Amino acid sequence: MLPDRRGHFGKFGGRFVPETLMPALLELEEAYRRIRRDPGFRRELAWHLRHYVGRPTPLYLAHRLTHELGGPRIFLKREDLAHTGAHKINNTIGQGLLARRMGKRRLIAETGAGQHGVATATVAALLGLECDIYMGTEDIRRQRLNVMRMKLLGSRVAPVESGSCTLKDAMNEAIRDWVTNVRHTHYIIGSVAGPHPYPMLVRDFQAVLGREARAQVRRLTGKLPRCLVACVGGGSNAMGLFYPFLNDPVRFVGVEAAGHGLEGGCHSATLVAGAEGVLHGSYSYLLQDAWGNICEAHSLAPGLDYPGVGPEHAHFKETGRAEYVAVTDEEALEGFKLLARTEGILPALESAHAIAHLKTLAPQYGQDDVIIVNLSGRGDKDVEAVAEVLEGKE
Amino acid sequence: MTRIDTVFRRLRQRGERALIPFITAGDPDRETTRRLALAMAARGADLLELGIPFSDPLADGPTIQAASNRAIAGGTHFPEVLELAGKIRTETDIPLILMGYYNPILKYGLPAAARDAAAQGVDGFIIPDLPPEEAADWRREAQAAGLAPVFLAAPTSGPARLKMLGRLTRGFLYYVSVTGITGARRELPPELLQELRDLRSLVTCPVAVGFGISEPEQVAQLAPYVDGVVVGSAIVQRIARSAGEELVREVGDFVAALKAPLRPKA
Repeated sequence: MLPDRRGHFGKFGGRFVPETLMPALLELEEAYRRIRRDPGFRRELAWHLRHYVGRPTPLYLAHRLTHELGGPRIFLKREDLAHTGAHKINNTIGQGLLARRMGKRRLIAETGAGQHGVATATVAALLGLECDIYMGTEDIRRQRLNVMRMKLLGSRVAPVESGSCTLKDAMNEAIRDWVTNVRHTHYIIGSVAGPHPYPMLVRDFQAVLGREARAQVRRLTGKLPRCLVACVGGGSNAMGLFYPFLNDPVRFVGVEAAGHGLEGGCHSATLVAGAEGVLHGSYSYLLQDAWGNICEAHSLAPGLDYPGVGPEHAHFKETGRAEYVAVTDEEALEGFKLLARTEGILPALESAHAIAHLKTLAPQYGQDDVIIVNLSGRGDKDVEAVAEVLEGKE
Repeated sequence: MTRIDTVFRRLRQRGERALIPFITAGDPDRETTRRLALAMAARGADLLELGIPFSDPLADGPTIQAASNRAIAGGTHFPEVLELAGKIRTETDIPLILMGYYNPILKYGLPAAARDAAAQGVDGFIIPDLPPEEAADWRREAQAAGLAPVFLAAPTSGPARLKMLGRLTRGFLYYVSVTGITGARRELPPELLQELRDLRSLVTCPVAVGFGISEPEQVAQLAPYVDGVVVGSAIVQRIARSAGEELVREVGDFVAALKAPLRPKA
C-alpha cells in the first residue's frame, strides 16, 4: 500500500515544507488515519455525497460519439453532473468534514479554473466555516463567472499578483497563508499534489468516482473496460478514476496539456516533457529551467495550467503503470466541439483534453471493447474563453 | 570544527551575541552584494547569510520575494552564488551561510553542491523547505564536505521536535520567531521570550532567532535569550530603496546599530 509511512510513492512524494508546517501535516495525517475508519465519519461523508453532491454520477454510454469514432464503446463518467459542476466537490466535502472534526474554523484553498475554489467555498458555506480563496489575477480575468460564484457563496477571493499570476502562484500564496494561520486554518489542496498526506488524502476522497465507475461498467457491460482516459493537471480526477482499477488489467492514459505545442516550451505537460524536482512540498515531475527555477506553464484550460503534478502519477510513469500523453489547445478545442456536437454536452476545457485524445485511442480497439473517459467537469465556465478563441479565428 | 562553531564559541566566551544579517545574493547585482557583505563584516556582522534566488520562495514575504526576482533578472543563479561566495571568501574570514530552497540545489546535484560550496569557502546551508525527515541525503553530503546543515525550528514544533532539531542541526539552530513568513514586523509575538527560554532547556547547541526582527530595540530585547539574531527583510528593504556608496554606508550603519545591543555590557 502506497504511500509508505513517510508519504513516499517509490522515490516520489514526501514532505518538503517549512518546519512551521511539519507539525500541522503530522496532525492532519494522524487525524485522517483515525477519522477515516470512524463509522460516524464514513456515514456522514456518504450521506453528503449522496444527498448534497448528487452521487453516484451516471456512467453514460455516449452512442453518437462512439458511432462517430467508429471503434470501442465510449462511456463518460459524468462528474460534470456533480454539484458545482466538477469532481472537485468530492475532495472538498471530505476535507471540509475532516477539518470540522479537527476543530478548524477557517478553510483556505488555491484555485486555477475556479472549480476547486467554488467547491471549497461551497463546502465552507455548507459547514459554516470562514473561507479565503487564492487565485491568480490572470485566472480571475479568465474565469469571472467562478469568481462571482465564490463571492456569492460568502468566500473572500484574494487576488495573487506574483509570478505568472496563475495556479502555481496562488498555491505559493495559500501556503504562505497556511504557514501564518496554521493553528486554526485548514488548507484544502485541490489536487493529488502537495506534501504528504495530501496526495493520499485527495486520492482517497476522489476514488469514490472510480469505485462507482468500476461497479457501473461491470453492471452495464458485464466486464471491465480496456482503457481509462482522464486529463492530468495536478492529476486528481485521473487518480480518482484510476486508483480503484489499480490491480485490474486495465490501461491507464493520462492526458496533459501541450498548450501551443511541446516544442515551443509553452505548455503544461509536466510528465511528458518535465524533469524531476521539488515543488510545493513534494518530489515529483515539474517544469523547470536549467537552474531549478520553476517555469510558467501554459494551457487554454486553466485547471491544467500548473507546472507540477501529483507524485503518485510520477510513480505510475516511472513504473509504467500508466502512460501519459499531451494534446494541444487546438486539439482540445476540437474535442470540446466534438462532444458538444455529438452528445449535447459542453465539457470543461480540461476534460476536453481527454475527449480529444480519443481520436488517437479509439482506432486501437475493437467494437466490443470499452473505454471510460472521465468527464471531470462541465464547460459553462469556459464558453467565454472558447468564444474568444473561435471568434478570433474567424 | 567549522568557522561557525569557532565564532559562536569565541562570542560565548566574551558574553557576546552574534549578529547574522541576510541579503539575497545578486540583489540588485553581484558586485553590490560583494561590497555589502564586506561592509557588513567590517561593521559588526559575525556571520553572513546569503540568499540563493529562487522563483517560488514560499517561506518568504513580499520583501525577499522581490529581492529574489531582482537577482534572477540580473542572472544570478546557484552557480553564480557559489562564485560570489568564493570572491567574498578571499577578502574576509566571516562564516558564510547560504540560504536557499531545495530545488535549485537538487538540480545542481547534492554531492556537487556540497563539494563546490565547500571549495568556495561556504560554511553552512539553511534550506527552509527541507525538514529533517527529508534531509538524510543532504546531511550526509554536507557533512562529508565539511558544511553545516542548519535546521529551522518553529513556534509550532513542540518539545519533541525541538529536541530532535537541536540534535540534528550543525552550527546553530535557527528559531523562527513567528508562526509565519519572513518580513519586517513592528512587534514580535508576546510569547517569544518564553519560547526561547523553554528552548534553552531542550537543546544544547547555539540558538539564533530570526524572521520579523527589524530594529535595534527588538535585538536588545532578544539578546539575553539567544546566541545570535538574524535580520533579513529590514536590510533588504534598504537595498530596494537606495544604491551605490550611499546604500553601502546606510547598510553598514544599520548593521552597526543592530550589533550594538549584542556586545557585552561594559
